[in-house]
Amino acid sequence: MTAYLARQVIQLAVAVWGISIIVFVVNFVIGDPINALVPPETPEETRQLLRRQYGFDRPILVQYLDFARGAVVGNFGESYLFKKPALDLVLERLPATLQLTAAGMGVAILIAIPVGILSAYWRYSLIDNIATVVAVAGQAMPIYWLGLMLILLFSVHLRWLPASGYGTPQHLILPGFCLGVFTAPVAMRLVRSGMLDVLSQDYIRTARAKGLTEWAVVMGHALRNTMIPVVTVLGLQFGQLMGGAVITETVFAWPGVALLLINAIYRSDIPVMQAAVITLALIIAGVNFLVDLVVAVLDPRIRLR
Amino acid sequence: MTHPPSDGVSAARAPAIPGRRPVPGWRKGLRRLWQLRTATLSGVFLVGLVFVAVFADFIAPYSPYEGELVNRLRPPVWEQGGSWEHPLGTDQVGRDNLSRLIFGARVSLAAGFLATVVAAAIGVALGLTAGYVGRLVDTVVSTVINIQLTVPFILLALLFIGVMGPGLVIANYIAVNVIIVLGIASWPIYARVIRAEVFRLRELDFVTAARCLGFSDPRILLRHILPNTINPIIVLSTVQVARFIITEAFLSFLGLGTPPPTPTWGSMLADARQFMFDKWWLPTFPGLAIFMTTLAINLFGDGLRDWLDPYSRNL
Repeated sequence: MTAYLARQVIQLAVAVWGISIIVFVVNFVIGDPINALVPPETPEETRQLLRRQYGFDRPILVQYLDFARGAVVGNFGESYLFKKPALDLVLERLPATLQLTAAGMGVAILIAIPVGILSAYWRYSLIDNIATVVAVAGQAMPIYWLGLMLILLFSVHLRWLPASGYGTPQHLILPGFCLGVFTAPVAMRLVRSGMLDVLSQDYIRTARAKGLTEWAVVMGHALRNTMIPVVTVLGLQFGQLMGGAVITETVFAWPGVALLLINAIYRSDIPVMQAAVITLALIIAGVNFLVDLVVAVLDPRIRLR
Repeated sequence: MTHPPSDGVSAARAPAIPGRRPVPGWRKGLRRLWQLRTATLSGVFLVGLVFVAVFADFIAPYSPYEGELVNRLRPPVWEQGGSWEHPLGTDQVGRDNLSRLIFGARVSLAAGFLATVVAAAIGVALGLTAGYVGRLVDTVVSTVINIQLTVPFILLALLFIGVMGPGLVIANYIAVNVIIVLGIASWPIYARVIRAEVFRLRELDFVTAARCLGFSDPRILLRHILPNTINPIIVLSTVQVARFIITEAFLSFLGLGTPPPTPTWGSMLADARQFMFDKWWLPTFPGLAIFMTTLAINLFGDGLRDWLDPYSRNL
């Protein structure tokens, strides 16, 4: 177990370090950081002067070490735009993103588990066919368009819910639902195929043979064993969910990290871009790590690999 | 599912218990037929779409760039005040929506296809090398794959395109940087699959035989191993084309993709946003175009996968 744990920790550390390199290279090697600070018509001499002033003329490696030294302790520098520490700006927005992600995950689970069980139990029945068709359509649906259509239906036509914004529980319903519907098809298919696998196992026949009700067989015996792979894959899909949240935030003007990041991209606010991407990556890597850990505890076969 | 339910066993069980009944053959057949039909229909739809995109100049009723302000925000033909002159209405500067949708297909299809080529080229090359050479090369490539796959693809694409800008636009419809960015942000998906595939293949007898014949490593890789990885590459590519079309439209939606005045489905959606409170058709049709295209690609891909890989049919 210790060896497994150590390997996972190293992998986590390497992943986050690699992302810091990607983020740094994008901003400082591919892009020219001085463009963020001066208007485009600035003459070259002024640019050179500013480059020296900000230290952008030093060797790349030195600049990276400088950046990394700060990043390790959470110092990404001040936002060019807001004149506040970039990480503070990101952390201010983080709760909104986490709320949205949790709501999306919740909606996805509420849809996927019952529908997945029913589709597997009555395989190729009407309900299974409908669920499959809807899932296939759902996987092709661009989430931003789904968001716009939800706004059109529930905000513009029915006037039930606010189209955008943040603050009350009503504001969370549409974005949360949008993100949930986006995630549900994959989860539903996982539950269905897991359930199908489990239902044909011998211990299910044993459970039936000893006279348990169908409810007890499915919910007690089958579902439990289906959940291990489902939780693993869903946990590892957390990055996908975050990606969906990034898009959802822009459609519903949900003031989370992604909205901050996109505004930072528009305004070339490099410290905020770096802080936002690295924070999100750290959260995703952390969740993946926890999922691996939980699965290893639940299933000893994995630890030994 | 890896092993199909053995009907001999389930027939011996009491058929009255629900969920244990053997699935009637005609129901399975019905689903297969439906898949086949949808795959064929999707294929026809896609061929039609490519045709429309290529010959847009002859098919579209108007120029996608010019409009008359007097004609702005016309409703589609079935709404009050609509006419057959502009079947899907006009946008905020009076340009014909249908023509813009038709020309917009060029951007989406080109980006989807070319980005897939870029991603596949990088991913397959690195996956082949890592899987065949192994050792340090494999460690390095695998590490990079793991790093990239930690960050959501969309986040990487945003970061890259935000810094690089849409770049050079070839022939009005192909934004070079958008394609490069989409490709670079998603090559690890290919590399991971190909690497695993090569690990499996290189232990097989035909590779050993090739080595015994004294063939060089590049020859074995390109002539013997690569052709055997074609199926997963094709299956993966259909999924990727759809993903890239959705993502390209999102970048355009944010104003980070192919710059105006080129019509793109994403930028049409973005333009529609401010008018959506009384003109529902404006955001509906560009989105529908994206949705139907990606749906057709996915359905076609499912059919293709079944055809190339019979084992997946039991799912």
